[in-house]
Parts: sequence; structure tokens; C-alpha cells
Amino acid sequence: MTLTDADTSSHAPAETGDSSENVLSVRDITVGFGSKIILQDLDLDVRRGEVLGFVGGSGTGKSVLMRTILGLTPKRSGSISVFGHDLSTASGQERKAIERRWGVLFQQGALFSSLSVKQNIQLPMREHLKLSPRLMDELATLKLELVGLPQDAADKLPSELSGGMIKRASLARALALDPDLVFLDEPTSGLDPIGAAAFDSLIANLSSTLGLTVYMVTHDLDSLHSICDRIAVLGNKRVLAIGTLDDMMTNDDPWITSYFRGERALRRI
Amino acid sequence: MAFLEKNTAPSIALEADGPDRHRLVFAGDWAVSTIGDAEKMLADLTVPWDHLTCIDVSRIGHLDTSGAWLIHRTRGRLEFKGRKVGLTGVSEVRQSLFDEIERHHPPNWKPDRQAFSIAGFLETTGRHMVDIYQDTLAMLHILGSLGLVLSTVLLQPKRLRSISIAVQFDRSCIGAVPIVALMSFLIGAIISQQGGFYLRQFGADIFVVDLAGILVLREIGVILTAIMVAGRSGSAFTAELGSMRMQEEVDALHVIGLSVTEVLVLPRILALMIALPILTFISDMSALLGSGLVTWAYLDIPPAAFLTQLQAAITTKTVAVGLVKAPFMALIIGLIACVEGLKVEGSSESLGRHTTMSVVKAIFLVIVVDGFFAIFFAAIGV
Repeated sequence: MTLTDADTSSHAPAETGDSSENVLSVRDITVGFGSKIILQDLDLDVRRGEVLGFVGGSGTGKSVLMRTILGLTPKRSGSISVFGHDLSTASGQERKAIERRWGVLFQQGALFSSLSVKQNIQLPMREHLKLSPRLMDELATLKLELVGLPQDAADKLPSELSGGMIKRASLARALALDPDLVFLDEPTSGLDPIGAAAFDSLIANLSSTLGLTVYMVTHDLDSLHSICDRIAVLGNKRVLAIGTLDDMMTNDDPWITSYFRGERALRRI
Repeated sequence: MAFLEKNTAPSIALEADGPDRHRLVFAGDWAVSTIGDAEKMLADLTVPWDHLTCIDVSRIGHLDTSGAWLIHRTRGRLEFKGRKVGLTGVSEVRQSLFDEIERHHPPNWKPDRQAFSIAGFLETTGRHMVDIYQDTLAMLHILGSLGLVLSTVLLQPKRLRSISIAVQFDRSCIGAVPIVALMSFLIGAIISQQGGFYLRQFGADIFVVDLAGILVLREIGVILTAIMVAGRSGSAFTAELGSMRMQEEVDALHVIGLSVTEVLVLPRILALMIALPILTFISDMSALLGSGLVTWAYLDIPPAAFLTQLQAAITTKTVAVGLVKAPFMALIIGLIACVEGLKVEGSSESLGRHTTMSVVKAIFLVIVVDGFFAIFFAAIGV
């Protein structure tokens, strides 16, 4: 999430096919459990500075793909490179450097239940950096306010927070080290429409001011319409289509048609 | 936002703009990985603050929220002293970052440190006392509701969850047989071997059979089994109920209109009360087997002589004294496990703490109750 003056205008995804512009690229990934293949020969590129929305029916492997990219689920074949480094050949040092530059928001928040919210946010700073306690406290409350939580939430335990607050606190932890790339797994599910809209504008804001690249698994049509630069659709064990919302609206695939032009989608208009 | 493998160290320079006018020039990377150094440099900095007019950030390579915050904080500290200090060289995108940060007002920082005080010590002691009182209350509550549920079950036998009891019995009894048998076998063998060598010095080695028989049947068999069950099933009950509480499953049972005691607690405690006497009996038998084998091998007492001596030493009462304690021990283990499980709060740390407490309290109380039984049996002359 560091920004240089050189890429101040990079919110809009660059249309060049240059591979150096890809923060994340996945090639020929196959993932399966036992005899069941979930993903087969899947390719995906995420460009620098874009907000990529990822959709697909339940059980098509959206979360599996995200977990595979993060290295939590083993892959059978294929390669994944993040920031230009192949994850399977990266040395321990490189991997550690990569892990410091990404942030992850899990679907259930995955806050550490025995730490307070502030300690949760400070954990990556404490483990990876040497900062003074004062600066860590200030940065933690800064991140907390950035995601729209009140300051008095800092000393609460995750079990004392509501579902929406857990999502926000978890995003604050994902943003603790000012990452370049964040993975969000259904960030707006379980939020009220006002909270979801605030979440969307927060992500759009961070993406434009800090050049953050966002990989977002979502079913929220509003998020897809308002903040996603590109949308990828997962189905039949691979990426069915990837492109802007307009591309999706004109796509002929029956699943995509019913997703983007179905009863629920059309009711919004 | 390029992937930074190497960061340029942050640097601070003081440049003169004119007579009595200076500006601070920040350069290098002011990102989260270098911000610790930057903070130290700012703290060590001694400049003629009186002549400072602005902070120049145009030479900063990479800037992120933490760097922007540090710059904002420095500026705020200077302005607090009543001086106007501006920022120069801010690009448009960075301006929005600074605007975002300017809306943020952290509370005054105070380090969390707790000094030892007598009042604090007394307070924790008092809290512990209240906890013990509430613990007792909770156990009595569960015991009472258990009695209530048990009486309704006696009136309506259909409400007894026999399948649930069978499943719990399978887990806490059948599964525990190998380990209990092996442990008791070894303990019986060790008692005979150690006792045998001492008694041999006095030519009384045949009395090792009395020693092992009475010790194992009256005390060791049931105590060791209870300790093993407390560690094995008691901790499992606490962890199961505790994680059900963490996931709001217990609350779900409440709102569906089911009694937690009837559905979760009763089957577990009943299964344990059936299981522990059986396990104790198995433990007794395998300890005697171990004892018999060792006396045969080390002390040359053949099995026939062992059995004859054993018959003379013990009666059915000796066995009964051990077995009759077992259901009470099971009740204690089950109650403590369930009470601790239902006390678990939202965090995984609390789950771990209560599981530990469950096992510790159960083992402690099992030994205390065994002491009371010893006094009781001595009083009635068994």
C-alpha cells in the first residue's frame, strides 16, 4: 500500500498485457480432494491497482482458489506467482517478504479470540517490525478509525463484537502492515446495506489513495457494480469469464446471464 | 506500491530558506517497514524549532499510512507549541491520504502497566473467593437440575436418551479399556516388585500378595481409574460443551426449548457413572494379573500359591469398598467437567483455561472424596 508519485494515476487497471503489471498470476492450477477435482487448469491474472470481484455459485471453489493462492490448500499442479515471485520456488525469506505484503480478510473474520481488537491489529506489526509501543497503539487506533470502528472497540475482545464489527476489525488487521494486495472473502456478507456501502467506499478509497490491489470474493451485486474494476466468474472448474461489468452483462453463458441479469439483479435497476 | 524488496532508509535534513527560516526535509522511504527508524530519528532530532516554518515531503520515495501518520504527528506536536508549520511538496494523492489522517484523533497515549499494590492483591483474593462461591453454586445448580431431570426421566422412561448414553458410554468406557488395563497392569507389577524386595529382607515375601491385593482393590484401582477418566473423558466433556458454547449451540438448544441438562449433561454423567465401576473392575483385575506375574517371576511365588494367599487376604467386601466409590467419583468428574464446560466464554483461551481447571479440580476432588470414604469406612468398621 505504499505509493510513489509515479503511479498516482494507477487506480484504473492498465490495459497493457505486460506481465510485470500483474500482482498475482495463476497458471494451470489443478486442485482436488481425493478423487474429486475442484479446479482444473485454471488461469487468472490480477493487475496492479485494480479491484477484482470474484463470483461463482456455492461450492464452485472460490474459497478453495483463494486458499490455494495463500498456500493453505495444496495444489496438484500449476504455478502461482505473487509480485513476480513463484510461490513454489520462493525461498523462505522471499515467502516471508511476500506474506508481509499481503493482507487477508477471512470469511468469519478469524480474529484471535484471546486477544483484544487492538492486540489483534498490532500482532502483525509486533511480529514483523520493531516499533515503539506508542507508535503501535497510535497506528492501531488509526486503522480502527479507518475501517469505521469507534476507538472504544480497541480494548474489546472479539467475542464482545457484533458480526459487522468483527468484519471491520478483521479488515483493520489485514491492513495493519499497509499491504499491496488484500484478499477479501465475502467482506460485505452479514452487513446492513449502509454498513456494506461504507465498506465498499472504504475499499474504493484505499484502492485509489494507496494503490491497493483488491481480490474480493463477493456475492454482493452492489459491490460488483460500484467498486469492482473487473469481475471474474468461476464455474466448470475454471474461470468462465473475466472482464468489466459491461462484458458480463453481454455474456451469453446461462449462469452468467441469470446471475447478472436474473430477477434479483434486474430488480435493482 | 511497487513490491519493495529493498527500502531506502528514511533521512531528515534541515535546510535554511533564509535568515531565521528553516525547513525540515524528509527523504527516503517512510513506509511501515522503515517507520521504526524514522521515529527514532525524529526523537533524537535537535533543531532550532523556533525558526522552523515547514516540512518538505516532496523527496519521500514511498509513503504509506504509517509514514503519513508519523509526519502528521510531528507536525501536530510542533503546532501544539503555538507555531504554524506547513507541509510542502504534497502531491494530490498524498494530500487525500493526509486529509484522511487529519480526521483521526487518537486518545492520549498511556502505557498499560500494572503496579503491584496491596489493594490489588486483596481485590484479586476477594474475586477468587467470589468465584469459588459461584462455582459451588453452579455445581449445586447442575446437581439440582440433574436430580429434577432424573426424576422426570424415572416417571417418563421414554425421555431417557438411551442412544446418547450408549454413545457416551462407548467413548468413555470401551475406548478407555486398553489404556486403563495397561496402566493398572504396570502399577500392580511395580507395587509387587517394590514391596516384594523390602518384605523379602524379613522373609515375609508371601505377604506381598496381601499388600498388593488390599492396596489395589481398596484404593489404587479406583483412584487411578478415576484420574485417568478425569483426564480422558472429563477434559473431553469440557471441551465439547465449551466449544458448543462458543458456537452458540447451547443457546440454540435453549431457544428450541430443550433442557441442556437433559440433552447434554445427563447422558454424559449417567454414562460415566456406569463406565467408571466397570473400568475400576477391569483395572483391579489387570493390576492383580500384573502383581501375580511379577511375584511369580521375581519372588518365585507360583500362581496357585498367589491365589490361595489372595483368598485368605481379601473378601468380597474389599472389592466392594473399591467399586462402591466409583459411581461417586464419576459423578464428581462429570459434574465438574460439565460445569466448567458451560462456563466457557467466547475465546479459545477461556476454553483452554476451563479444560485445565476441569481436570485439575476433578483429580483434586476425587482424592479428597477418597479420603472421606476412608474415614467413613473406618468408622463403620469395613
